[in-house]
Amino acid sequence: MTEPLIFEISSPGRCGASLPACDVPRTPLPAGMVRDDLPLPEVSEVDVIRHYVRLSQLNYGVDKGFYPLGSCTMKYNPKVNEVAARLPGFARTHPYQDPDSVQGNLTLMFELQEYLKELSGFAAVSLQPAAGAHGELTGVLIIRAYHQSRGDSKRTKMLIPDSAHGTNPASTSMCGYTTVEIKSDARGNVDLEDLRAHCDDTVAGLMLTNPNTLGLFDEHVLEIADLVHSCGGLLYGDGANFNALMGIAKPAQLGFDVMHFNLHKTFSTPHGGGGPGSGPVGVSQRLAQFLPGPIVVPAMAEDGWVGGPAEHADEHAEEHTGKHTEEHTEECHALRLAMPKHSIGRVKSFYGNFGVLIKAYTYIRMLGAEGLRQASQDAVLNANYLMHRLKDVYPLPYDRTCMHEFVLGGPPPEAEGVHTMDVAKRLMDYGFHPPTVYFPLIVHEAIMIEPTETESKATLDAFAEAMIKIAEEAVIDPDLLHSAPHVTPVTRLDETRAARRPRLRWVPPRQD
Amino acid sequence: MTYVPHSQAERQAMLAAIGVDRVEDLFADVPEALRFPKVSLPEPLSELEILQELQWMSESNADLDHYACFLGAGAYNHYVPSVVDHVISRSEFYTAYTPYQPEVSQGTLQTIFEYQSMICALTGMEAANASHYDGATSMAEAVLMAVAVSRGRRHKVILSPTIHPEYRETVRTYTQGMGLTVVGDDPGKLREGIDLDLEALKALLDSDTACLIVQNPDFFGQMESPAVLQELADAVHEAGAMFVVSADPISLGLFTPPGDYGADIVVGEGQPLGNAISFGGPYLGYFACKDQFKRKIAGRLVGETVDTHGRRGFVLTLVAREQHIRREKATSNICSNQALCALAAGVYLATLGKRGLRTVAELCYHKAHYAASQIAALEGYELVSKEPFFKEFVVRFPRPVSELNSYLLDEWGIIGGYDLGRVYPHLAGCALLCVTEMNSKGEIDYLVEALATANFQIEGSAGSREVGS
Amino acid sequence: MKIDKDCRYAETHEWVRVEGNEAVTGITDYAQDQLSDVVYVELPEVGDSFAKGEAYATVESVKTASEVYMPIGGEIIEINSELEAEPQLVNEDPFGAAWFVRFTIADPSELDDLMDADAYEKFIAAEGAKGGH
Repeated sequence: MTEPLIFEISSPGRCGASLPACDVPRTPLPAGMVRDDLPLPEVSEVDVIRHYVRLSQLNYGVDKGFYPLGSCTMKYNPKVNEVAARLPGFARTHPYQDPDSVQGNLTLMFELQEYLKELSGFAAVSLQPAAGAHGELTGVLIIRAYHQSRGDSKRTKMLIPDSAHGTNPASTSMCGYTTVEIKSDARGNVDLEDLRAHCDDTVAGLMLTNPNTLGLFDEHVLEIADLVHSCGGLLYGDGANFNALMGIAKPAQLGFDVMHFNLHKTFSTPHGGGGPGSGPVGVSQRLAQFLPGPIVVPAMAEDGWVGGPAEHADEHAEEHTGKHTEEHTEECHALRLAMPKHSIGRVKSFYGNFGVLIKAYTYIRMLGAEGLRQASQDAVLNANYLMHRLKDVYPLPYDRTCMHEFVLGGPPPEAEGVHTMDVAKRLMDYGFHPPTVYFPLIVHEAIMIEPTETESKATLDAFAEAMIKIAEEAVIDPDLLHSAPHVTPVTRLDETRAARRPRLRWVPPRQD
Repeated sequence: MTYVPHSQAERQAMLAAIGVDRVEDLFADVPEALRFPKVSLPEPLSELEILQELQWMSESNADLDHYACFLGAGAYNHYVPSVVDHVISRSEFYTAYTPYQPEVSQGTLQTIFEYQSMICALTGMEAANASHYDGATSMAEAVLMAVAVSRGRRHKVILSPTIHPEYRETVRTYTQGMGLTVVGDDPGKLREGIDLDLEALKALLDSDTACLIVQNPDFFGQMESPAVLQELADAVHEAGAMFVVSADPISLGLFTPPGDYGADIVVGEGQPLGNAISFGGPYLGYFACKDQFKRKIAGRLVGETVDTHGRRGFVLTLVAREQHIRREKATSNICSNQALCALAAGVYLATLGKRGLRTVAELCYHKAHYAASQIAALEGYELVSKEPFFKEFVVRFPRPVSELNSYLLDEWGIIGGYDLGRVYPHLAGCALLCVTEMNSKGEIDYLVEALATANFQIEGSAGSREVGS
Repeated sequence: MKIDKDCRYAETHEWVRVEGNEAVTGITDYAQDQLSDVVYVELPEVGDSFAKGEAYATVESVKTASEVYMPIGGEIIEINSELEAEPQLVNEDPFGAAWFVRFTIADPSELDDLMDADAYEKFIAAEGAKGGH
């Protein structure tokens, strides 16, 4: 069941678009600069629609079924978000328009900045980074800028737990830091002794994911923050797992100095097959001046102002949020874009993934504080329920209350010769998207499961039953797993061949 | 509305299975004093209510459906055919995740493979990735790649001063911790306003240069000939460095692709290809290079292979380059791509195709030239641009650009050009105007009329103006 | 598990074969087995010098990238360019066709720190017992 490539259904002379005739006098094209050929496909609109519709039917999305990818938070993407982002008043605005002509956009961004501050306890937020990894790079650059501003050039190391996502050490390398790995202890927490031994004045900070990639809330998070701060380092928070914490705890109060959010995880914006996401960064007051920009500030604010401490959030919230009516808009007009005083610089062009920000904003306005807390509570409830249904069948390396996700240690030990990959592939035959596999690296044959709060008990039970069935199959008939998947559009693909002889684009067949 | 389906009975059943009384008991690891803090957010709204508010908020903006737009400068008002939104609205595409499990992701994977192929076709390159966040970060990634190709032995980056200012800023932000020197783009290096001094750029080449980057068409819409750029490429290669070109993808529908004049890496902003202008994002940065560098490309790559039955299929490949494998040794930390934006670009390119894209480019070319000639003929206005240019051109205004733009917006419903004085001090008083296939002749004539009257209607000093009817 | 009697071995699973005052090195059969399908080998350039224990190459499989270390120090005089097009040679013939680099030996006494074939055989047996990979 393969669909031809768009190039393969091309037929010379076809065009799928209708364009107006040229209504102005033509100017001669510059000689020697016009290309000879443009090897793009030629297809009709019908060809285009059928091609992409058929391709879409080869995909599995959250709208089709359960998608328990750990650390990705595949929660339901509300359709109202899609309507909101397409409102022409938003979608048809140019980033360089006079700020007075886009106050609607600036209001939405300002309020979103405020909401993220309120949820996290941070003093200031930049919405510019386009993705989680982008936010991480931003955060590490901010830490670097902070130390540099204090003339503290001895700090060359960043401490990173061994359970961390690869983007953490990759981001630190990009900023010129050396990564020093910190061990996890037997309960899945950061090993305090190992951390203590490494905390000195050559350390720029610690990058901590909390809850971590094992789905566990660090039992010593306050001590960790203290250790890092007392050696003069800063605590970076990887906010990928913030879905466990909304209304449960504020990272700034836990001791984090800087954190990125993943709007496409926690705040329901769709993953799009791999993007676009959005990775805003929140910081404590002393780091606010280093944020990337521009950010949205009241027009009357001083140059370089980036907002007051989070205690004033209520004030701002009242002033700039709430129901938007005609009078209200006139009252709280006048927002502008400004660079923080000692900004690390812009991390991309323009202001951020505005179309994604709209969706997160809409989600927050629909749920409110209680709704967001409910979402986090139910995410944690669902994960613990599923963990309890599976812990006697699959190895559970850390038998603790989990947060919004949990990690199994591979197939049951009785299933000889069966690997996590086989379990994952067999799940597809049961109509489920597999969980995250082989991450985090500190668990051998890891299976990371994050159900999210938008899944019903019935779905969780169906998934648990499939996993239990597969565990049985793994012992009785392991070949069923080795040869899986069977019912998908394609069977297991030869990734070795793809890497040894890379074919990264279509090349027309040779005319022999 | 929380989108959570549980009833209280179900919650109770689940809690019982876990063995706790209340859901709050699951949070015992959170320090007690900090647990369940007060969070002040606006009261939740129903779908109806939030849409009403958003409608009001969005309608308070001046948008391009209601105002004539002559503003470009890196974000462009191009026509998006209706099929594009239909395709990217299919939830099989937009609610899917990164295609790590290829057997259930062939839709995403094949569309990215097609996108990669089309970008190669446009740019004349042999390998393209699944996209970066935008044109600016794509350029920064090109710098990272050039440094990696030099095995970290070269530390100098030469940027043309006619590259988009925000791209150059982004390159500097990205590289601030890497011990590199970024040179060449002092605005003072521009001869006679907007002309690029290529000899001055070449003079900066040495054995420490990792790459030299130009934008063509440049930020001002100016174009260099392939012959001249090939000479520049040769000089760059002679110095052992990489030649990087940033190009507007619509322009590539008409003009010689950078692959034909010596580029090693081609990057640019993919927004003009089927993506909404959306106040600056989400956009996508395209990235393409020669085959010999493919193993150093950052970001996701989709490759062709076969399944156990020998059927063609697609997978993410050359994965060992990426951050989740290389970790601190990765060239870049990038994890994601702008998948849905790349899908939109692919659908756009498929829909327009060989002839359609060329037509769009020609319309932009002819309309911009028409507008430029009409404005040049107005008293008080001077066309600064020289031939050849594409889609955008620079005009010296008789009044401060911000004043003139306010006048255009308020009195004529026109969004005017980019105020170049904001980023190139010596170009104060000059505006960068953009004309695309979206601007009819009537609209262009309307702009010209507005500009003609503006010269006489706006009085003197900032903050005071008298406007006629 | 194949072991070449004429080689000496590092604990990081590289072999070295001395030929006069030059040496050739690659990775062992045990190493390639741990990596499974090798898809790419990134080699240094002729003229590069490396110290004993310094990473000089990278071997990629589909899902991993591993550094390869110089068993003893030296200057690279030849690289095996066949590996670029035929990375699977590492899996098929790790001691023969899949040599990585040839180099001039900086300090022959460094050979003394390496294991001989018998010692290496015992070493990998112990690793296997630990169940590591």
